[in-house]
Amino acid sequence: MEELIENLKKQIIEQLNLAEVNLEDIDPAAPLFGGGLGLDSIDALELIVLLEKYYGIKIQDPKDAKNIFASIQSMADYISANKK
Amino acid sequence: MEATIVSSCKIKNNAVWVNGIEMKVDKSSDPVLFLTDLYKHINLSYPKFFKMDSLCKLGVLAAELAIRNNSQFENYQKEKVAIIFSNHASSIETDRNHVKTIADKSQYFPSPAIFVYTLPNIVIGEIAIKHKLTGENAFFVTEKFDEKLMHTYVSLALQSNHTTAAICGWVNVDGNDFEAVVYCVEKTKFNQDKEGFNKLHHPEVIQQLYN
Repeated sequence: MEELIENLKKQIIEQLNLAEVNLEDIDPAAPLFGGGLGLDSIDALELIVLLEKYYGIKIQDPKDAKNIFASIQSMADYISANKK
Repeated sequence: MEATIVSSCKIKNNAVWVNGIEMKVDKSSDPVLFLTDLYKHINLSYPKFFKMDSLCKLGVLAAELAIRNNSQFENYQKEKVAIIFSNHASSIETDRNHVKTIADKSQYFPSPAIFVYTLPNIVIGEIAIKHKLTGENAFFVTEKFDEKLMHTYVSLALQSNHTTAAICGWVNVDGNDFEAVVYCVEKTKFNQDKEGFNKLHHPEVIQQLYN
């Protein structure tokens, strides 16, 4: 799980162009949206693409997205449970 | 309608001129890196900058320097400041990047973060958001820099009661060819005796800013 979380941090920094954010700045339990990372609605779409691109996971019900993308920890939990 | 150009910024060939005077900046050979270096050099703190495409980065930096060097800017009513831009290449560089994300059907992952920049007028939106400007805006795509078009359109905008100042210019990115000329115009009678950067809003003067 720790390795997955570190990979997710790297992928999010790269995919979302968070050039001024360091790996250690990201708390896996902290909210992804409305927190210090300053993510917006386009970033939410980018996270959906990230899940599919790196983990082959398509979110079937958009209503689930809010819980999946609550934090990096929740993303990692979802990936662990659904990775193909 | 008499108006005055009160500040300008030109960025070309990895060099920067503010109000006609060249800034001392490190001239990185890579234009994208140059923009990041310039962002740091002018101590801009705006994390969204790193999410922008090159056209927006270039326009935001040129507008930032033109605005910073306009001492009256803070006194403008922000709902009466227009943004009028033009270029030749539209959003071609980002269009190319978008095509790369969809070229391989087995790796078909179009990026929303790239796609949102596949229109040239997004640079106007980025500048408007950063400086909270809510006035009129327009973006023209022309064969080459058209000082007469810019002068005519901005003059007409300034004739209305809705616009008292405008951020105008040319912002073009095509491959490694980066070029921006951004200037602030305000609806004030030109006074040649006024100190500081102060030029008549006239097509010939606009052409001089570009050259």
